[in-house]
Amino acid sequence: MRNITISINGKKIHTEVPISQTLLDFLRSRGITSVKRGCESGECGACAVLVDDEPRASCITLTLQADGKEVKTIDALSTRQDLSELQKKFIEVGAIQCGYCTPALILLADHYLNSAASTSEKELREAISGVLCRCTGYVKPVEAAKMK
Amino acid sequence: MNNSKDLQIVGKVTPRVDGEKLARGTGAFSDDIEFRKLLHARVLRSPHPHARILSIDTSKAEALRGVHAVLTHKDLPRVPHTTAGQGWPEPSPYDAFVLDNKVRFVGDRVAAVAAETPEIAEKACSLIEVDYETLEAVFDPEKASKPGTIVIHDEEDSSGIHDKSSNVASQVEASFGDVEKAFKGAYKIFEAHYEVGYVQQSSIEPHICITWLDEDNRLVIRSSTQVPFHVRRIVANVLQLPVKKVRVIKPRVGGGFGGKQEILNEELCGALTLATGEAVRFWMTREEELYASRTRHPQKLFFKTAVSKEGKILAMEVRVIENTGAYGTHAYTVMTVTGNKIFSMYNIPNIKFSGEAVYTNLPVAGAFRGYGTPQGIFALESHIDEIADELGIDQLDFRLNNLYKEGDSIAITSKMAEGEGAGAQVIRSFGLEECIKRGAKAIGWGLSHEPTAAGRSRGIGIAINTQGSGIPNVDMAACSIKMNEDGSFNLLCGATDIGTGSDTALAQIAAESLSVSVDNILIYSSDTDMTPFDTGAYASSTTYISGAAVLDAAQQVKSQILDVACEMLEVEKKHLICSDGKVSTKEGKIVTYEQICLYSLYQRNQFQIMAIGNNVSPESPPPYSAVFADVEVDDGTGEIRILKLVAAVDCGVAINPQMAEGQVEGAITQGMGYALSEFMPFDKNGNPLFKSFRDYNIFRSSDMPEIEVILVETHEPTGPYGAKAVAEVPVSGPAPAIANAVSNAVKARVRSLPITPEKVWNELKNNRDN
Repeated sequence: MRNITISINGKKIHTEVPISQTLLDFLRSRGITSVKRGCESGECGACAVLVDDEPRASCITLTLQADGKEVKTIDALSTRQDLSELQKKFIEVGAIQCGYCTPALILLADHYLNSAASTSEKELREAISGVLCRCTGYVKPVEAAKMK
Repeated sequence: MNNSKDLQIVGKVTPRVDGEKLARGTGAFSDDIEFRKLLHARVLRSPHPHARILSIDTSKAEALRGVHAVLTHKDLPRVPHTTAGQGWPEPSPYDAFVLDNKVRFVGDRVAAVAAETPEIAEKACSLIEVDYETLEAVFDPEKASKPGTIVIHDEEDSSGIHDKSSNVASQVEASFGDVEKAFKGAYKIFEAHYEVGYVQQSSIEPHICITWLDEDNRLVIRSSTQVPFHVRRIVANVLQLPVKKVRVIKPRVGGGFGGKQEILNEELCGALTLATGEAVRFWMTREEELYASRTRHPQKLFFKTAVSKEGKILAMEVRVIENTGAYGTHAYTVMTVTGNKIFSMYNIPNIKFSGEAVYTNLPVAGAFRGYGTPQGIFALESHIDEIADELGIDQLDFRLNNLYKEGDSIAITSKMAEGEGAGAQVIRSFGLEECIKRGAKAIGWGLSHEPTAAGRSRGIGIAINTQGSGIPNVDMAACSIKMNEDGSFNLLCGATDIGTGSDTALAQIAAESLSVSVDNILIYSSDTDMTPFDTGAYASSTTYISGAAVLDAAQQVKSQILDVACEMLEVEKKHLICSDGKVSTKEGKIVTYEQICLYSLYQRNQFQIMAIGNNVSPESPPPYSAVFADVEVDDGTGEIRILKLVAAVDCGVAINPQMAEGQVEGAITQGMGYALSEFMPFDKNGNPLFKSFRDYNIFRSSDMPEIEVILVETHEPTGPYGAKAVAEVPVSGPAPAIANAVSNAVKARVRSLPITPEKVWNELKNNRDN
């Protein structure tokens, strides 16, 4: 076990974690279910989070690697009352089907749109290419992100 | 029934009823639930393709701290069954056991462990000592079905297997007219064979279930399944429990695509709960998903076709050898669908279909979106292009000249169908011609398309395809609608939304019929204790079959609402009009639904306004699609690049056009994977070589070409509000459309999937050498 200090969606937490624990297990054990388990080998992206504003597959990131850092999940995008504009666009254009990869797709699209100086569809597709979606063919998710 | 132009909600874009929780990632899936104590299941899987288990020593595993149970075949009742989540009695052989004393493919189950962490369970699996007698294995279905081959299912207690001694799980034969006679007098005869291999459903949420005993000692199964009622029935049977002792809850499902129309983890997880008394979670890893869950059936298809001088198809004979892998789940029905759909688009007077589903020591094939159709349509639509080319007829004209027409009966459906007593399917709504014409226009058929760079060639290809809308006389749906005192309604459905959006479509149907907004329909699916029966989400049945059950319930409820309004307003029922959550008369007297429900619950002649809707259909109206691919091929390397894909789809009236488009977009993306990037190789001992998404390539956002979807609206008179199915039909189109486009670009005809640069390059080389 190791003591860490970690910020989750802006909230600082001091806690003790097992050395081999993944960030995915840590987040889910704290009730953050928006981070999904898909492959546990960093290939499907359903567990994507931002660590110090960099996209990471939380299933192949140790909690210890996030010690002293800021972790952001999709939960940071909305309030209890209201969704973010991008989340609303996803609903509006029909970009959600089974919904399993949706939080990761939205989080990475939001990150790209907010951090790129100028945006293009090609770059957007690259930015979310780490998240596999088996339902939508990415057509409507890309449409939603382009509308924002 | 109803004219779609008068509708308020059906046919209109309606945001998903579950959109917000999914956009937030709120815990809605099977694994998003917390337990005070939860054990984790792991399975020890066979390293051998074929072996008998002589002995198993579990003592070291059991001694490991944190292990609560280790189960082998010795600990469980031996109940032959099928893992196929189909209606009872299942048309698949009873050739599977929860755990057996024999293993039949690399990845077959040997033993199961429940432990306090997944890591302990994994460690315990490695401590189980198994003494195997390895047996000769067979991987090629053609070899496996030869007399004198080793027998994969030599157990005495399996049943429903066509011929155990030759490894033939199922066999089918059907004919119409006289093919032999037609071949004799034909202008030309074409023969070709095609081959399609293993691909995997790859839902992003793997199979996951959690089982526990409730306070009444009943087994509760929370599972990511397409078929909650079949799970209840089959798990009860194999664990020797009365059905009443089992409850299945289906929360949100993270994609199924057929892979979850299977009882694949629930029975074993349930057995571990019964053994320990504890809640147990069985999560299948991605590796297990990719070789030890289910796949699409590989097939070899042999075509012989006779045509007249005028380009009419006179006769077609198709023989299929299907590899069902180690178990025969869905083997028969997938093969019959292959034959059914091959013969459902072209009006061919003489047809013959025969098929054999053969066991091999490879992974188990099962249900996968399209269910036999993608295999058959790849072969058929490649074959049709080859014939048109040989005859020198435009590929579109050749198709249009041979199609069935509206009002025709589809001959094959009277000869080969799953549902007892279903007659020949009559085509009552037919948008295929328009799909072809509008798709052709969108892709620029007949126009010249220049390659984007030197050293490349460009080509356009077409493929048409069809599917059904549920299984006639088999698929059954029920639901209940109950009115609440604020004018809202609980709609409880056995129908299973697995990400398809059926909750939204069914809520729209209820809302339309009851004249309320969609947010007044509280839909819940599914829980075997609470929701009425439904066969489940498969065979493109939900909109057509379950939708009609919802319409049935809604119409009854509406009639009850009017009865109460009649009493309240003292006006005859026929003079009342429902609109926007209220009932009114021509004279302007109004009662709201809220007043009606309050009256019926609290005031006079009290009763609960509520009804149960049911539906079974003797028909399965075919939806259609035409898929066009614009591709570019590197003349030197054979590399293929898709520039654009167009899918024109006739799904009747689209209950929710935006969601229908989404279904098409996802289906053709899976179809492109089947065409180009997805396959499952094995070594000479049947070991899977691809065990992760690093190797098994499904399309990523950056791989996608331009996609255009065209919904061609027809009105299906037997469907709820004119609807037919949509989810499966487009999946079959891309592979043959791309194969045909490649052929049109560089004259390289690839007759097997996936269409790799290597195969194209080989064909180019053959062309040069000849």
